[in-house]
Amino acid sequence: MAPRIGVVLFPGTNCEHDAIQAIERLGGTADLVWHGATSAVGYDALILPGGFAHGDYLRPGAIARFSPVMDTVAEFAHSGGPVIGICNGFQVLTEAGLLPGALQKNRGLRFLCTTTTLRVECSDTALTAGVPVGTELAIPINHFEGNYTCDASTLAQLRDEGRIVLRYIDNPNGSIDDIAGVCNAGRNVVGLMPHPERASDPLLGSEDGVVLLRALLRTADAATPAA
Amino acid sequence: MAASRQFSVQVEVLLRDGIADPQGATIERALPALGLDGVTAVRAGKSFRFDLAAADESDALAQATVVADRLLANPVIEESQVTVRPAGAPV
Repeated sequence: MAPRIGVVLFPGTNCEHDAIQAIERLGGTADLVWHGATSAVGYDALILPGGFAHGDYLRPGAIARFSPVMDTVAEFAHSGGPVIGICNGFQVLTEAGLLPGALQKNRGLRFLCTTTTLRVECSDTALTAGVPVGTELAIPINHFEGNYTCDASTLAQLRDEGRIVLRYIDNPNGSIDDIAGVCNAGRNVVGLMPHPERASDPLLGSEDGVVLLRALLRTADAATPAA
Repeated sequence: MAASRQFSVQVEVLLRDGIADPQGATIERALPALGLDGVTAVRAGKSFRFDLAAADESDALAQATVVADRLLANPVIEESQVTVRPAGAPV
């Protein structure tokens, strides 16, 4: 049976249909999970898509962290379920404490909407399973707060444990150590600023995001549905 | 239950030392245009004010600190300063 992906919808999320379309194009099934939901039963993976959850008021993700669905997302993650945060979803996961660090305003204070080249740094996370280290992917970014930062000990830990999942080849936003994506200790929760779903069809200029989304579907297929 | 009193709270949130503050730096770079060359160490932050019912001032400070640490500031990149005073007291 095709893996079933829940795409979490907060008020202000705006990339949910892009994510659903990309997943379905690759043979998965996907549907929306409202931010008030209190169960993720039946899903093999969850995606927190991009947008401006709760208007990005206060800080991106700061209010979304308190949405009822986040307890469900945390339970799903703690039970080993694959959880992917894309752009605003990454910001939400850091605010929720499911991923370390924070996303601050881009160096240069510019909103960036451009295609970046990413390097895959590990092959054993929910989003990069089976993707060779060193694979380069052209995937767009679209953000103002994408400048990843964390304290020195956290950075050392991320490096030592191989938890930097993706790096920018040409750092666009000032992120520490060129970080574009990181994962949790369990490697089942991954956050990234670039949008793989926007690079999932030749019409969009790049299909490189398919490499990551296929990896997610493989992971979801192998995962035991979490409660 | 103890009678509660009203307090006025101010929370100031600034980026931690060592975290780049491009907004503050940009403001600082604009100041020479005003003919002011002596302004340094500009930092941009946020200010929040709210009213709070609490048993006493230390209870008010404890509650306000929870608001500051758990919601208003992200401790990874920001630090907060909480000021509590009885409602109606001069600032």
